[in-house]
Amino acid sequence: MDFELTKPQKLFQQMIREFAEKEVKPLAAEVDEEEKFPVENIQKMAKLGIFGIPTPKEYGGAGGDHVMYTIAVEELSRVCATTGVVVSAHTSLCEDAILDNGTEEQKKKYLPKLASGEWLGAFGLTEPNAGTDASAQQTMAVEDGDYYVLNGTKIFITNAGYAHVYVIATMTDKSKGNHGITTFIVEEGTPGFSIGKKEQKMGIRGSATCELIFENCRIPKENMLGKLGGGFAIAMKTLDGGRIGIAAQALGIAQGAMDETVKYCMERRQFGRTLSQFQNTQFQLADLQTRIEASRFLVRSAAWKKDKGMKFSTDAAMAKLFAAETAMDTTTKAVQFHGGYGYTREYPVERMMRDAKITEIYEGTSEVQRMVIAAQLFKK
Amino acid sequence: MNIVVCIKQVPDTTVVKIDPVKHTLIREGVPSIMNPDDKGGLELALQLKEQCGANVTVITMGPPQADAILREAFAMGADKAILLTDRAFAGADTLATSRALAGALKVLDYDLVITGRQAIDGDTAQVGPEMAEHLELPQVSYVIGLEKKGENKYVVKKETEEGYELLEVEGPVLLTVLATAYKARYMTVGGIIDAYNKEVEIWPASKIKVDPADLGLNGSPTKVKKAYPKDTKAAGQVYEVDTEQAVDVIINKMKEKFII
Repeated sequence: MDFELTKPQKLFQQMIREFAEKEVKPLAAEVDEEEKFPVENIQKMAKLGIFGIPTPKEYGGAGGDHVMYTIAVEELSRVCATTGVVVSAHTSLCEDAILDNGTEEQKKKYLPKLASGEWLGAFGLTEPNAGTDASAQQTMAVEDGDYYVLNGTKIFITNAGYAHVYVIATMTDKSKGNHGITTFIVEEGTPGFSIGKKEQKMGIRGSATCELIFENCRIPKENMLGKLGGGFAIAMKTLDGGRIGIAAQALGIAQGAMDETVKYCMERRQFGRTLSQFQNTQFQLADLQTRIEASRFLVRSAAWKKDKGMKFSTDAAMAKLFAAETAMDTTTKAVQFHGGYGYTREYPVERMMRDAKITEIYEGTSEVQRMVIAAQLFKK
Repeated sequence: MNIVVCIKQVPDTTVVKIDPVKHTLIREGVPSIMNPDDKGGLELALQLKEQCGANVTVITMGPPQADAILREAFAMGADKAILLTDRAFAGADTLATSRALAGALKVLDYDLVITGRQAIDGDTAQVGPEMAEHLELPQVSYVIGLEKKGENKYVVKKETEEGYELLEVEGPVLLTVLATAYKARYMTVGGIIDAYNKEVEIWPASKIKVDPADLGLNGSPTKVKKAYPKDTKAAGQVYEVDTEQAVDVIINKMKEKFII
């Protein structure tokens, strides 16, 4: 058993932390305030190989692992949760979905451009009437010769409008329920595919979250990802991986809020002492940092299991549940420690608090994570 | 073209604290980094590699842990890495260090030798120029720009206190580079993975061309008598005056202190 990061993982952490501090942090407030998709930093990250960390070299990736990928999402989210989720959705929900389920032709066609960051990736499962109950898919895909014709709407899609490749869940046979769901790879610019309304959000405001509209959108059969009717399993497995990324994002947000709070508590004086000298401060922050560290172990353990080819679904659910709730508590308390200043946009903790909330909701709410964990407990 | 870049592992002095009682550096928990000016030098080498093709070798003298900065250099794009490590090198001052590095260069092919201007731990700025002397190479220190002018010729921009000088030099030449002029690139993810699959050559003292008596503590004429932190300056005096008066205040103060 070894709890230490490997040498390449440590060197990678050094690089991504420096990148986050120097390139990402200075823009974080602006990205939030102006709901600005961080295009410039995305291009810089693409050059460094950050969009293809766990993708094998034969498909143009860096040949790293998912532990490194979680380190990337953590360190980016520590200073800017928007930047963190761009990488997470791209890598886990699109690139990994194609890597794990694609044909050799699909992998060769899509992975090199996704891994190099030339193309961004996205994933479309959620619909107005199919959220937690993902099986209620209404986007239909009807066979027509060499094509499937897609009709329907997806909502809350991360990276929408900036992505080139979308993995889309559709219903191909309603009578079969979950087994009637099929996933397709849809490219930007395909006739009949358009981007709808952009959401105005509470947090991760720089991230593009939009509606996807399919109107008689013809997708060639070779773009079917996995088997006909195998889409639900692909979506669930993909979300398992995605949860590790979101858990890492939550972990980063929590650590970022802790960094800011420690700094503030050492400077801020009240009643002749710094806040850090009050035992109330010390005890509360000690408890939170313990939970942050526990989140880190859960995140890395889930990623490590994925890398080893072991089952990680429950681990990912636990990591996401625990890290997301830790992020929410840590950021809320961070604002409290900052007092009135914390409530203003002069300090980053209010942004972190708004950003943290989504980690309890997307890619499976905390309630869904509990369902996944409990299902494992009562499995016969 | 073969470029050799000399780099050093140093404690990150921006986070080093001084023991208030013993007046020594508290090194515990201080991360070790590639010296910033050396990293700037490596950046210059990598830019030349991109512009006109070059083989970039990085070399360092240090304990086995210095391997870390060589891996970092690989991940930035260096082609070959050499670690000079031997008990015989221990306790070297700048002269013994420059002799060891020059001794290693004598067994390497090079067209250009690049070092950082100075290291943030010792701040001497001596090792680069001393190496040039041992190797009988022309040298330009405080380099902030370089343009390659045909085969083996360069126009080098050198920073001075007043501004800068442009010098035309012919290789092989040794340059000492300023980090401020060459913002180092980030390591790439693929580069980091590959860095640990590449070999760092370990060179003992026997591998280099140098008189063993010139190495390590024995070869070091510098003896440290005492190390102590600089006294902290007294707090400044704040004058809240308008610009006109401010000029008078400053001039009077400078006269008081016999500066003017």
